[in-house]
Amino acid sequence: MRLLTAGILLAAGCAALPMISARNDLLNLGVQIFLAVALAQSWNLLGGYAGQINLGHAAFFGLGALVTRALWVGGAPLLLSLASGALVAAACGCLIGMPAFRLRGAYFAIGTLAFSEILRITTGNLMPEISTIPARALAVYSIVPRYYLTLVLAVVSVTVVALLVHSRVGLGIQAVREDEAAAEATGVGAFRHKLLALALSTAMAGLTGGAFAYYHVSYYPQHTFSPAWTFDAVLISFIGGVGTVHGPVLGALFYVILKEVLALQLVELHLLIFGALFILVVLFLPGGLVEAWSRARGLIAHRD
Amino acid sequence: MILTQQLILGLLVGGLYGLAAAGLSLTFGVLRVLNVAHGELLMLGGYGTFWLFTLWQIDPFVSLFGVGPAMFALGLILYWALFQFVVKAHEEARIKNSLLIGFGLTLVLHTLAIRFWTADERAVTTAYAGAVLWLGGYAIPLVRLSSLVLAFAVLTALHLFLARARWGRAIRATAEDWEAAALMGIPVGKTYLLAFALGTALAGIAGGLVSISYSISPSIGMEWTLKALIVVVLAGLGSLFGSFAGGILLGLAEATSVVFLGGPYREVVGLILFLIVLIVRPQGLFGGRG
Repeated sequence: MRLLTAGILLAAGCAALPMISARNDLLNLGVQIFLAVALAQSWNLLGGYAGQINLGHAAFFGLGALVTRALWVGGAPLLLSLASGALVAAACGCLIGMPAFRLRGAYFAIGTLAFSEILRITTGNLMPEISTIPARALAVYSIVPRYYLTLVLAVVSVTVVALLVHSRVGLGIQAVREDEAAAEATGVGAFRHKLLALALSTAMAGLTGGAFAYYHVSYYPQHTFSPAWTFDAVLISFIGGVGTVHGPVLGALFYVILKEVLALQLVELHLLIFGALFILVVLFLPGGLVEAWSRARGLIAHRD
Repeated sequence: MILTQQLILGLLVGGLYGLAAAGLSLTFGVLRVLNVAHGELLMLGGYGTFWLFTLWQIDPFVSLFGVGPAMFALGLILYWALFQFVVKAHEEARIKNSLLIGFGLTLVLHTLAIRFWTADERAVTTAYAGAVLWLGGYAIPLVRLSSLVLAFAVLTALHLFLARARWGRAIRATAEDWEAAALMGIPVGKTYLLAFALGTALAGIAGGLVSISYSISPSIGMEWTLKALIVVVLAGLGSLFGSFAGGILLGLAEATSVVFLGGPYREVVGLILFLIVLIVRPQGLFGGRG
């Protein structure tokens, strides 16, 4: 309950920000954080709750960006473009998931890794030129609608995961993560639940990519398929606390802000710090910041 | 004519794919951990050779005798610092955690490589780098031919070690059933350590050969990890020479695609082949244990 209140207050504060301050750097930072929340939450839904490691999450982010950008620049309404991007991403996700989920182990992880590389190389070959928002759209470009769109996206992604976790389907998904055989024995179809989590996760990643395509003025289409997006999603989920609703939000705040600070001082080397931090979290603190916080509270309570 | 020439080149690069895959297959087969930073380890081996050549003019084929043991030592350190914690878990969690840790390791090694050697492409250019053997109108680059022969020799040596030596047999027994191996008095932890270090050394030697015959840059890691994964999927686990054959198969497939589809799709063809095998014949993948 306290988490819910905190979340609502945080979202309301974020929504009020453009009315208080028109500083572009602040709003841009906001967009970065919201995109990070949504992308990490989409990975967390599949990786944290269904226990399936997606090492090619960038593929679905990139597909969403590609489709949304093409339709939106072509003149289609924004919401329709976003929805199409999400749909294409989810369809491709299921295409990979259907064969890979029939098997256990590393198949899904390396299948998605290969898929994202295929898309990255092919997009680079077919679309080597930089994609820029057309002049007529650029003339009326404003950060504020981007800010609100990504804020809504972040809130929706957190809400979807929060609602899903306590639903019947969500419990089924978690049961499959804990023990597939036991879940099947109690009548929970493992394949169906994994595929559903994958479809939701990839649709959400596609939406995030679409929002990125709406936000970013010019970028190389290949860039949206870069493994860096997968890194971001996985790192944020784990640093914040994988398999929790608020973990990715904490992780995104921590990661994006620290990245801004570190990148100024260390340039490329900040990735080294995050990579090492990530490995340490996986090995010694699998619950991330959320677990660290509850451990610290436990220690304090113990002392009293 | 062009096809034959391309197939020759494909055969030559295929041996290196096989060598890269053999290391990955060894660690996966024995430890049941999938190290997605294998390509980055290969890259480090390549830079080791490059450094020895540029700083001290050590012949790259000679420097492999230094790079191999150095990478073996790095493997010992990596296992001790990271992967020994992973193998404590049961099989499903092992794979998952090793994927994640390998993924983090790729980021760390990639960033370090950019820091040390910049993002530029590098290659070891010896005096004999351009030497070509003409055979019935077809050109065979001598350096690449030597790399292929060396790759085969390294795999043969490893095969003999696994077949004959005491520790080699311990590795095979552990790969088959680690619990039974432990009951027979085989120190499973040490066997894991040895297998991981050997896999790292194989990656390093493959990287050294890549830097001689082709070129290296900090971003080749992902590419080579995927090549190794594709070969492991094509060939299945368990046989070093199977990996070698699978590597050559991939090299030939890529060469054919260069002739018919053009150079830019070379990388994609292998990956699509990989996805098709994954969908149609997954039992070939990782020995069908699933």
